[in-house]
Amino acid sequence: MKNPLKIAPSGDRDLVITRVFDAPRRLVYDAHTKPELVRQWLLGPPGWTMPVCEMDVRVGGKYRWVWKSERDGTTMGMGGVYREVNAPERIVSTEKFDEAWYPGESLNTLVLVEQGGRTTLTQTMRYESREAREAVVKSGMEKGVAASYDRLEDVLAATAPTTPR
Amino acid sequence: MQATHRLDAVFAALADPTRRAIIARLASGQASVTELAEPFAMSQPAISKHLKVLERAGLISRGREAQRRPRRLEAKRLEEADKWLERYRRLWEANYQRLDALLDDLKAKERKVP
Repeated sequence: MKNPLKIAPSGDRDLVITRVFDAPRRLVYDAHTKPELVRQWLLGPPGWTMPVCEMDVRVGGKYRWVWKSERDGTTMGMGGVYREVNAPERIVSTEKFDEAWYPGESLNTLVLVEQGGRTTLTQTMRYESREAREAVVKSGMEKGVAASYDRLEDVLAATAPTTPR
Repeated sequence: MQATHRLDAVFAALADPTRRAIIARLASGQASVTELAEPFAMSQPAISKHLKVLERAGLISRGREAQRRPRRLEAKRLEEADKWLERYRRLWEANYQRLDALLDDLKAKERKVP
């Protein structure tokens, strides 16, 4: 069974995501810092790939990620700078999308805690303002993402067990 | 109030743990200010302050009973905010399920090459 994902607003301008992984911290850290691994999972909605995934994981190093919709060729890019790198437990980085639909950058803090071979991931995204946080939460869907999810819902509905009448 | 401002107020209201606890309590039925203050080590005026924030965000309203004026949850407003978070949550859920699979692969590879 998949582990539950928790996401909640915190304070004035943070969004916090928490999730447990059934793997040692070292591997979860690798999956967040090695481009050949990152591009296998950090994809967003179905039908998108990650043709650009460049990461110079050290303090002051830059990263650049670009996603592409295989359906219509739309691209979406973002990047930032690593502010803190403390393997295998903590990374602080800035984040800014090319087509920023929210003002300024966000500051992302990834914290990994291992216990009994499992790893708890906490990702805190601090936006420049409450308005920015709201714009982010709103955006996820409004750019074709909604359509992808609707398709996914169709698939799920079609595979759901039918109730005998 | 504009839709975006309203949602902003809802998020601000939900960002506080006491207010989230009040919402959780009201989800199981309406309650007076005294009843709401009970489980918290907090004065009634302090609770009233939180209630005011929730009220301004449209998350709760007051009943008509003259003395008690019980507060009740405005579920629709809460759903609005939740829907937004839900989309965001799904995006990350999809990503993290792929990460689960990748981590399984990595673990399996490590077992083969000790």
